[in-house]
Amino acid sequence: MTIEFGNPDRPNSYIGKTVPRPNAGRLVQGRGRYVDDIVLPRMVHVAFVRSPFAHARIAGIDANEAKSVKGVLRVFTGQDIAEVCTPWVAVLAHLKGLKSPPEYPIAVDRACWVGEPVAAVVATSRAAAEDGAALIDVDYDPLPVVTDMMSALDAETPVLHEDMGDNLAFRRLHEAGDIEAAFKSAHKVVSTRFRTARHTGVTLEPRSILVDWNPAEGQLTAYHATQAPHMMQTVLAEHLSVPESRVRVICGDVGGSYGIKVHVYPDEVATAAIAKIMSRPVKFVADRLESFTTDIHARDHEIEARIAVEEDGSITAMDIDDWTAIGAYSVYPRTSAIEGNQVVNLCGGPYDFKNYRAQTTVVFQNKTPTCQYRAVGHPIAVAITEGLVDQAAAELGMDPVEIRRRNMFRDDAYPVTSPANMRFEGLSHHASMNKLMELMDYDGLRAEQAELRKAGIHRGIGIASFIELTNPSPFMYGIGGARISAQDGCTVRMDPDGSVVALSGVTEQGQGTEAMLSQIVAEGVGVSPDKVRVITGDTQVTPYGGGTWASRGAGIGGEAALQSARALRESILTVAAAMLQTEQSRLDIRDGQVVDAATGESRMPLEELGRIVYFRGDTLPKGLPRELVQTRHFITSDYPFAFTNGVQASYLEVDIETGVVKLLKHWCVEDCGRIINPQLVDEQIRGGIVQGLGGALFEEIHYDADGQLLNGSMADYLVPMAAEMPDMVVGHVETPTKESLLGAKGAGEAGTAGAPAAVMNAINDALRPRGAQVTEMPFTPERILRALGVLED
Amino acid sequence: MNEAFRDKVDISLTVNGEPVEARVPAGQHLTDFLRLELGLTGAHASCEHGVCGACTVQVDGAPIRGCLMLAPQADGAEVWTVEGLSDTDAIKDLQEAFVARNALQCGFCTPGMLVAAKDLLSRGGIPSRQEIREHMSGNYCRCTGYEAIVDAVETVARARAGKGAA
Repeated sequence: MTIEFGNPDRPNSYIGKTVPRPNAGRLVQGRGRYVDDIVLPRMVHVAFVRSPFAHARIAGIDANEAKSVKGVLRVFTGQDIAEVCTPWVAVLAHLKGLKSPPEYPIAVDRACWVGEPVAAVVATSRAAAEDGAALIDVDYDPLPVVTDMMSALDAETPVLHEDMGDNLAFRRLHEAGDIEAAFKSAHKVVSTRFRTARHTGVTLEPRSILVDWNPAEGQLTAYHATQAPHMMQTVLAEHLSVPESRVRVICGDVGGSYGIKVHVYPDEVATAAIAKIMSRPVKFVADRLESFTTDIHARDHEIEARIAVEEDGSITAMDIDDWTAIGAYSVYPRTSAIEGNQVVNLCGGPYDFKNYRAQTTVVFQNKTPTCQYRAVGHPIAVAITEGLVDQAAAELGMDPVEIRRRNMFRDDAYPVTSPANMRFEGLSHHASMNKLMELMDYDGLRAEQAELRKAGIHRGIGIASFIELTNPSPFMYGIGGARISAQDGCTVRMDPDGSVVALSGVTEQGQGTEAMLSQIVAEGVGVSPDKVRVITGDTQVTPYGGGTWASRGAGIGGEAALQSARALRESILTVAAAMLQTEQSRLDIRDGQVVDAATGESRMPLEELGRIVYFRGDTLPKGLPRELVQTRHFITSDYPFAFTNGVQASYLEVDIETGVVKLLKHWCVEDCGRIINPQLVDEQIRGGIVQGLGGALFEEIHYDADGQLLNGSMADYLVPMAAEMPDMVVGHVETPTKESLLGAKGAGEAGTAGAPAAVMNAINDALRPRGAQVTEMPFTPERILRALGVLED
Repeated sequence: MNEAFRDKVDISLTVNGEPVEARVPAGQHLTDFLRLELGLTGAHASCEHGVCGACTVQVDGAPIRGCLMLAPQADGAEVWTVEGLSDTDAIKDLQEAFVARNALQCGFCTPGMLVAAKDLLSRGGIPSRQEIREHMSGNYCRCTGYEAIVDAVETVARARAGKGAA
């Protein structure tokens, strides 16, 4: 069975159309149900005492005064929690050599970053728990700290985890071709040092969890703001010694995730352990300072990179030396080596060249752990690649678009394998670039730029091509031993009145999962989307699945939904054929009616079929299958990942007096394969772009040399606000993946992947006549003025 | 902890048009009062230092950061939250425009955004896109990139202006 996606007039043509999100109406009325909105009988609150030192031995904890606070019920130390909860070690077998020590929910004898939980105070109100936490007297013996990335492996630097032997968490070198020969014979070589700043996700809803333990049933129920409920079910079951069938993770409305809420956090596991000890519901909601000090950080990289080009602009080689510091522990269970690994995998991604060397060096330090955050590694790899390509173009006196066109994989070249050994099934770099040129009127914009330059106005145009990794197979985590599902499932059921319920293992974080699934199921069964009720985020009722990460919801979860919907359609038609005394192939389902497939004439409403199956099954032939519920699972198997591609452009103005960058407009053309809901895809792209723009211009976590986090508030860590952001033009090329009937690839990270590089190139395009260049993000007024030589001290 | 801080204060106010009398901790902010005491969970606590705008509610006609106002300061005030504004259809066109334009993703900022937008729209006329952006710049949204929000507010401003002229 195929779907004529090319025919917009086909019956039930909901895939590819903008339909409203079923959950949006609720959210605009303030009727969302986020974890902090939930109140359970006998519920108590936990607040954590956190290490004020980046590295210290815990010599003693005196809780007497805290216990005297009215409302405080109990105080827990690391040792107390360790008695009911096993520690974890975040390594993956396929990342050879990756090491990390066991990590406990609450530090047992040593704290390794500012913000690490050291004790927990449980009270009848959050305010009382906080008052109690302030009175816990912890006796710390400060230890030497490791904070600088590039000297972390030096002989004189203290070793953070003695048992690990050194501060090296992971190192990977990838080599293809003859890199030295390529550089020796190159027409031009350009070398640059790049830096990307330490970021964090700043979800508007802080991390939140409410856990209840019912000892009479042996059942643990966690209401959790998470992207991966089944993974959390498995983790809580394993570390708290409860069977998986007795752990229920419920993920209702989640107030922003972006990768921040896909990890296992010590304080959240501690909350579950405390619920199990106290046999009552325990709520933990991080405050904003806790968000800054304990949500995962990301993107803290320093890179030396060089590119070799021929006279005609052909790229012959790239050489990347990437360093990243991941904090005190590798984060469970995805590990903190993936980001560096992605840099190795993704640099040079759009381009057809032969000689490639890339190494990532991942080191420990006494800071908040880093891990996967939206577009993992992509913004770094794209900035390196596109920064080098632009600089090479400038050296050659070539237009930045032209040098890209000369090097991008041809649109008819697929399948191909990149020098980084990434396998591409089908991409559209040239078609995307052509579309971008049209959308932005590149030549017109260049003319405007030149005209304004004469008037002393410094505008820049920046281009960034990119690839994006989506639809991951078990090659991402499963093969390394992590119990993270790359498969996802969907159960679709027809109720007696002909309405349909779909239960999916992927989750809704606001991206529109429920709308997307309702459209697919509607088309797959033959009903209108408003007849489809989508249920996500409850491990007790949905098929086991991976949840939301690595842009997999539409591609993996969507395909499972389509296959289960098609299976339900077949089941319905089997019953209908028996009832109508005709052949199944002569029937179809359209808009909730069983119809004659040839003429479209209505034969029976689904409601009538439902009535017969559920209440008058006696009238159907004995032995007739009548399963009006179907489950299908989907996993990709031909390619480890479904790569997408795209290209972004930034147009901006640099005030060379103040160093302030004003974003004027931004464009993105991307190819996520089959588009299910154009509006939702566009808004994923726009939201992603702005997250990337934040990284380019504002966002940077600062630490001092002692490992103290210096900007732990939203007044000090700047994020994009409406006034500074540009309008964005989004365009698409559609190259569906052949791995699925649906053909969808991911779109959630493309915006974030390419935006920082486009801005960097635009700023440098504006500064080039002044002989200045910036490659250290964020591009603050200070850094731009230093590049211009205005600031020198 | 300061003894004065532990003191309770009696307050009397109207919330969403209904009279409310309560005895509240002197140190409790308005957001906690609305959420914990009245079960009005539409306004969200997020940064709790007045930056993000997720807790924005309407107090005596003006958009106010619920986290920067103590519940005792609301004594005698008229408070409207997204729940009351929804029940009275006061911002129905704005809510419909947000849904139609997908001007929300996770929805956590949305109640505050709506109150902020209501304030701008109540001034009448059709604000420029930059004026809308400036006005909404006290409300943080990590999901949408803001453009859809600006579009939705602009659409409502145009529609209301059209109606007014007709």
